[in-house]
Order: sequence, then structure tokens, then C-alpha cells
Amino acid sequence: MNESTPPKEERMAALSGLGTSRKRVEDARFTQGKGNYVDDLKMPGMLFGDFVRSPYAHARIKSINTEAALALPGVHAVLTAADLEPLGLHWMPTLAGDKQMVLADGKVLFQGQEVAYVVADNRYAADDGIQAVVVEYEELPVLVDPFKAELDDAPVLREDIADQTEGAHGPRRHPNHIFTWESGDRAATEAVLSEAEVVAEEMVYYHRTHPCPLETCGCVASMDKVNGKLTVWGTFQAPHAVRTVASLISGIAEHNIRIISPDIGGGFGNKVGVYPGYICAIVASIVTGLPVKWVEDRMDNLMATAFARDYWMQGKISATKEGKITGLWCHTTADHGAFDACADPTKFPAGFMNICTGSYDIPTAYLAVDGIYTNKAPGGVAYRCSFRVTEAAYFIERMIEVLAIKLGMDAAELRAKNFIRKDQFPYQSALGWEYDSGDYHTAWDKALTAVDYAGLRAEQAERLAAFNRGETRKLIGIGLSHFTEIVGAGPVKNCDILGLGMFDSCEIRIHPTGSAIARLGTISQGQGHATTFAQILASEIGIPAEDITIEEGDTDTAPYGLGTYGSRSTPVAGAATAMAGRKIRAKAQMIAAYLLEVHDNDVEWDVDRFVVKGAPERFKTMKEIVFASYNQAIPGVEPGLEAVSYYDPPNMTYPFGAYVCVMEIDVDTGTTEIRQFYALDDCGTRINPMIIEGQVHGGLTEALAIAMGQEIAYDEQGNVTTGTLMDFFIPTAWETPNYQTDFTETPSPHHPIGAKGVGESPNVRGVPAFSNAVHDAFKSFGLTQSHMPHDHWRIWKTANSLGLHD
Amino acid sequence: MEKTHLKMTVNSKEVELLVEPRQLLIHVLREELNLTGPHIGCESSHCGACTIDMNGMSVKSCTVFAAQAQDAEITTIEGLGSPDGLHVLQEMFKEHHGLQCGYCTPGMITRAHRLLQENSNPTEEEVRFGISGNLCRCTGYQNIVKAILAAAAKMNEVKESA
Repeated sequence: MNESTPPKEERMAALSGLGTSRKRVEDARFTQGKGNYVDDLKMPGMLFGDFVRSPYAHARIKSINTEAALALPGVHAVLTAADLEPLGLHWMPTLAGDKQMVLADGKVLFQGQEVAYVVADNRYAADDGIQAVVVEYEELPVLVDPFKAELDDAPVLREDIADQTEGAHGPRRHPNHIFTWESGDRAATEAVLSEAEVVAEEMVYYHRTHPCPLETCGCVASMDKVNGKLTVWGTFQAPHAVRTVASLISGIAEHNIRIISPDIGGGFGNKVGVYPGYICAIVASIVTGLPVKWVEDRMDNLMATAFARDYWMQGKISATKEGKITGLWCHTTADHGAFDACADPTKFPAGFMNICTGSYDIPTAYLAVDGIYTNKAPGGVAYRCSFRVTEAAYFIERMIEVLAIKLGMDAAELRAKNFIRKDQFPYQSALGWEYDSGDYHTAWDKALTAVDYAGLRAEQAERLAAFNRGETRKLIGIGLSHFTEIVGAGPVKNCDILGLGMFDSCEIRIHPTGSAIARLGTISQGQGHATTFAQILASEIGIPAEDITIEEGDTDTAPYGLGTYGSRSTPVAGAATAMAGRKIRAKAQMIAAYLLEVHDNDVEWDVDRFVVKGAPERFKTMKEIVFASYNQAIPGVEPGLEAVSYYDPPNMTYPFGAYVCVMEIDVDTGTTEIRQFYALDDCGTRINPMIIEGQVHGGLTEALAIAMGQEIAYDEQGNVTTGTLMDFFIPTAWETPNYQTDFTETPSPHHPIGAKGVGESPNVRGVPAFSNAVHDAFKSFGLTQSHMPHDHWRIWKTANSLGLHD
Repeated sequence: MEKTHLKMTVNSKEVELLVEPRQLLIHVLREELNLTGPHIGCESSHCGACTIDMNGMSVKSCTVFAAQAQDAEITTIEGLGSPDGLHVLQEMFKEHHGLQCGYCTPGMITRAHRLLQENSNPTEEEVRFGISGNLCRCTGYQNIVKAILAAAAKMNEVKESA
């Protein structure tokens, strides 16, 4: 080796590449309050638009009078459906193949629905205008219970499609029925169940909740009438998809639309959809010729802008007496609200709910999902999950516990007995997925050892005995969870949204002096892409991460991509980044060989340079190669050093993990305390351990919220009873425990760097761990199932119904 | 609507402006004074994204009328540290990965700054209680608590050596 060449380890460390807990480049601006979120935008002449919303869940609109509002100082316009109709924009297509009213067209179908849009000088004047709009409603019977949707006396909600017997996803059997989606072999599964030695059956309800990022949704639309270009800054998790949709529904040519996602204050799925606020801001800007801002308030956000979950999952699971699972059956009633606006890939109206066989080798399975309309907000977004994977996880991890009770077997042992073995990968699931890789037993054993599972069970038994002797009023619950996700949507052959294949992209430009910019089709909402994608590239092209700028979110500059949700950024755009980096390296190899006067195949890559094989003293560093690409005429090689990759993943990725939650429950007050939470995640190759740990802490806290208190609840009249942060639970630092994180590393065999995605894992696996802990505490008193969220009142009621207060 | 004359000191600078009596302090700070560090998350005092320091106390500026800030001494996140040098709290938030999307961060750091003046050597429990008026959806608080404790230790080190 040339004496001036630093050792390999030193050169690798200088790159801050894969596996480094690199500090985040985003933080300097965020910690100083210099982030640039959509509500921070200010433009000359900018107006503010806001909605008149329906107080009723179901009502006919008899009249809308806007005269008084228009007479107010500062009010510029009031839009209603009648104004949007000539433009064909009073309805808009949803991501799920349905359509949704932009502004109420003749009737309202949920409380908080957008009825009219007031455009004014500022948010105060807009509010004055809202108060002055007079809407006359005629109340209609309200449907909130999806199980009553198809009764004879059920009100018909969607009169616009009442006669359509064929929907976007097949036959509809009732005006309030949206679709039936099936997966697996029904006859075979029912045959297995009827002959099984043991069958456990339960209704598992995953309640309605909301992603509730701290920043609500909003946008600024600006139509430049001089050059005909529309620019929209907004809280968009998928800016390119928004551009295409905006073009299709507005008729504005796509090159004349520029969508920019500035800094986003958390998304969690809330910011994937297209909402009436965006459409109205665009129309208002076209009408007024001025930029128009719309930023919803928290109540608007919780009441109207998407929801998550609301799956009633009737399950049956069968096994031999020894505990070998033989079959799984599930029928889900999915409450979709007033419009089917679920954000799922087109061919999957129930998302990836058919990953519900989980981590287990279940030979036979069947799943059916019925989508139902009710008088609730539309949405069905993937709240920190990959399209209904959370529902699937909760379902199977509850069913396993219920089966363990039925078998009289320890739930940890039952899981281990049924895990897909390492040698079975790639594994074909009964519901049609090919799991790419996994080593479940190793992870499970590591987790159980780390928490001293046997010791915990012994302590729990002692506590129970003391409880029964009247010496304590506190029980211990041990919540287990092991789940395999399906993330990284996805292969274009079966994943698209509105016909757009779910590939993703990266474009790299290397500057002459050896630094670089890379642009991606994704958009960070706190995940730290500017930090981690630079790390992937650093390892691929030997340029230090600190010399690489990552840019996302501007459709005029970034290559086309489907955005960030469903833990897809690392599996898809991360792969595109690595592949684009490899194209750069391939060209660099030719340049290096030319400079070193050897054949292309006679040089090899060494961290940050190409060296002549067998002659390590002869090399060209990446910096030298880059400069040469700009200043030398190299025969057969174009000048410059740039590359683009559009990556269509061959398969999804399948991260997995093992969680254990130890909970103390006060039987008399229903209060709970998380005494210990151990989370082992296997997300394949780890890019930045610090960021992974941060994602796990955050995801677990969202899981804690959902399992223990957070919900979007409706009363019988369809009123939202959890519309503010007073009622909608978000844990504070006081209720949130410290988490113990751990990992195993099973790289994805098909991903260029073996990474699988991690952002959603802790939420997906966390909810069953918390919920199972509650159930486990009361198991010996006969509890098999109770509904989330497990707030103090519900836990108290559970204890009471089990006779523990007698 | 008739406007009120408002005079206050914001980040050590005296400012004077006319505001509507109904205007909230957060809107005046963000829209009139261009201090967009404090954010709006709930408009109901629950989330703390709008936290500022007013007359030596942490205040949620989304539920204070601007007119109530007459003659007040206000510090926002923009008043801590500078582009050339981060405040030790800002540094520790970066060091310990105490932020993700950054939306709660200005309010959180502003609150932590006041907390450490109220109690320069807090326990973990006191930090958790002391920031319980500030919600974060991303971090699960674990690293925020770590960052604040580390900042306290650093600030105390500096004090001791002085």
C-alpha cells in the first residue's frame, strides 16, 4: 500500500456511511426554529381560505346563503359545490377508486364535512365569513354502526351510487356496501376448521383512530396567470402523485404544475391523501389570481382529514392438541366512513391485511373483508403502517393469545412452536406472499432471555397468589408480540396507486470538486432522509456523507417517485439510491482505468478509490476521478458524472421483531404502568442505528397511545366526541416509559444493501404487545378479549365485569 | 376593527405594532414579526408547539391575546443561540437525537430552557414532569429527556468552572 494511503478503517470512518450513527444534518435548522413548514410561508397578497363545516353527520342541504359573508370586509369569495360544478371539481376521485365530495353536493355525510369555502384576507376574516354563511339543513337518519348498514331500515348514504351494483373492487350487494375482498382458500380453510382438534374463535376490534401529526394538513396554492403555472406548497407525503392527480382532475397540463413539499411536521399517513382543502385552495387561487393558504386546525384535522383502522375482525384459528396451528379464518367488517378514501395500492382494497398469518407457518388460511359506508369521516389511511398491516398484526397476535388460553399452553411456547423456520425462507404464505427472509427463533430466544421470561412468569404467579390472598390490588401482565411486516410497496407488477407504479427513484449529480447532490422521489417527514440517504451513497461512491446534499419534495427538480409512507423509502428509494450510486461507480471505474492506463477489469474498488489489482500503490481516488470526468476528454466516455435510477423492487421486504411489555395494573382504578418494554427489531441492514432507535421509541409511543387511550369516537348521532387534544389521547413525557431496544440483523436478499425499513415496525408490533399485556393480567380470571383502547375506565370495567371488585 | 397599540420586547429587541384586540400572540409573532420558530399544533394549550418565554415563564402563545403581552419581555426559540453557535440545549438535542420532524422542537427547547432556570439540576422524573405540557409525536421523549439532562450537566459544568 502507498504510504500516503490511510488505513481502510480510517477511510471508511471518514465517509460516515452505512452503519454509522451519524448526527442529523436537519437538526441545526430545526433546533433554531428555522425549519420551513407550510404555515411559515408568506407571499405578497396571500389570502387565507377556510371551511364552513357540517354540524350534522347526515343531512340534506336545503340552501346555502353566502350574501352576508360576501358583504363582510376582507372576504373575497365564498365557494360552494355549485361554483365548483362547472369546473367538474365539486367531486374528486379518491385513491381507492371511489369519489368524494369536495364541497357538499346536496347533502352531508359526516360531521365536519366541507360545505363551503370562504376566502379572505387572513384567518380572522375567513372565520368571520364562516360565521356569516347560512346553511339550512334537513336532518336525516344517521348510520354509525357498520353492522346495521345492510338492515332493511338502514338509511341509504351514497345516493349518487345507490343503483350501482358494481364498484371499483367488484360487486356491491347493498347501497351501503362498498366491496368484498377475499384472499386464500375458503373451502379448504373451513374444512380444516371443522375437523380440527382445537378451534379458538374471537371478535377482535381495532378501533378507529387518527395519525394526528403535530403539524396539521395545509397548503399554499399559487396560480401564476402570466405564465400559466400552478405552484402548490403543501404537506404532501407523495408530491409527484399529487401533481399527477391535480393535472388529471384540473385539466392543467402536468408540466405546468409544480408541487413542493417543504418541511413536514410529521405525517404518519395523514398526509398521503388528497383533501378538499387542497382543491379549494387551488380553485380559489385560480379565481382570485392570488396565492391562497389553507391550514386546518386540530379539530378539522381530527374530525375530517382521514382516520385509521376501524376493523372488526371475526377470527377462527385451529390447532392440534399439541399446539400446531392448522388453519386461520378471518372475516373483517371494515368501516370506511362516507367515502372510500383508503390510501391503499389499487389492487388491495383492504391493503395488506392478508399478511395476517404473521410470523407463523399456517398451512391453510382464508380472509374476507367487507367495506361498508357509514356517516363518519372518510380516510382509512395507513397510520404509521404499510396498508392495514397494523390491523393484521393485532388480529393474529390476539388470536395466538386466545388460542394459547384455549390450549392451556404458554403463549411464548405456542409462538415458537409455529414460527416459520429459518430454513423455510423464502416462504410462501397461505395468503399469497413470499416472505423474503427471517430468523424468528433466534430473535425470540434473544428477547425471552433478555427479559428473563421464566422469571417474569414466576413473579406474575406470585403476584397473582398474593392478589388472591388479598395482599395486593395490583396484577402483572406480560404482553408478547412477534410480527412480520410487509413493507416497501412495491413491485410495479402488483402495486400501483391510481395506475402509477410504486417504483421510486434517485438522481445523482457529482460536482467537479468531488461533492454531490442527490434527489429522490420520496419526502422526509422527520425520518432524517437528508442524513441517511447520504450515508447509503457515501458507502456506494466513496464520497463522504457530509459532502452529499439530499434534496426531496420539489416535483420540478426531483425524479418521479411515489413518496414516503408504508415504510417504503428505504426499501424502494434507498434501493434506487444504491443503484444510482453503482452506475456512478461503474463509470468511475472506466475513468480510473483510463487514467491508470490499464483495462477496466484490472482495477478494483477500495472504499473511496479504484486501485490496480495487485498493485495497491497505483490508484485514483474518487475525488481525482470526478475531476477527470469534467476536465479530460476520455475516449468513449461522456463528460460529467451523473446517474439516475428508477427502482422497481422485485419483492416487498419483511422486517420482523420480538417485543415484550411488562405492565402493572391497578385493579381498583384501572390505571396502568409500563414497568419494562423490550423491543427487538430486525430491519435487515442497519443504515443509522441512532435513527433506528429514535424511530422505535417514537413508534412505540404511538402504539402506547393507540392501545391505551387514543380513539376517534362517535356518539349515536354521529357526533365526534374526541375532536380535540383534550379528548384525543397523546401521551406526554410523564406517561411514556423508557424503552429497551435491541436488534438482530437478517438482510433482505433482494435489496441492494439488504435494508428492510423500520419506521413503522414499533407501531405495528407495539399495539399487540401493550394490549396483550392488559389481557394477560386478567387471563386467569377468564378474560379472553376486550376492546381497545385500554384506558383506565375500560380496564376498570373489565375488572368489574370479572367480579374483581366484589 | 379598531387596533390596539402594542409594545413589547422580543428577543431583546423592542417592538411596537398595531394589533386587533382579538389577535392571538402566536399569530402576531409568526405573521407580523416573522418569528416562525414557535408553531401551531392545537390552538387549545395542549400541545405546547407554540411555547414561548414571557416574563420569565413558559407560556403557550396560542391562547394568549397579543394585547395581553403589553410591555412583556418575550423570548422565542430565535432568541436562543445563533447561527454561528447553537445554545447548549440545541446542541444536546442534536447530539442525543432529541428531535425528528422538528415541529415540536422550538417549543420543547424553549420550555426546557425555562425548566433549567427553574431547576438547574433536575432528575429524570422532574424533566419528564417539567416538559409534560409539550407534546412530541415522533421521539417518544426518551432522547429529549436525555438531551435535557445532558444540557443541564453541561451548563452546570460551565458554571462550576467559572
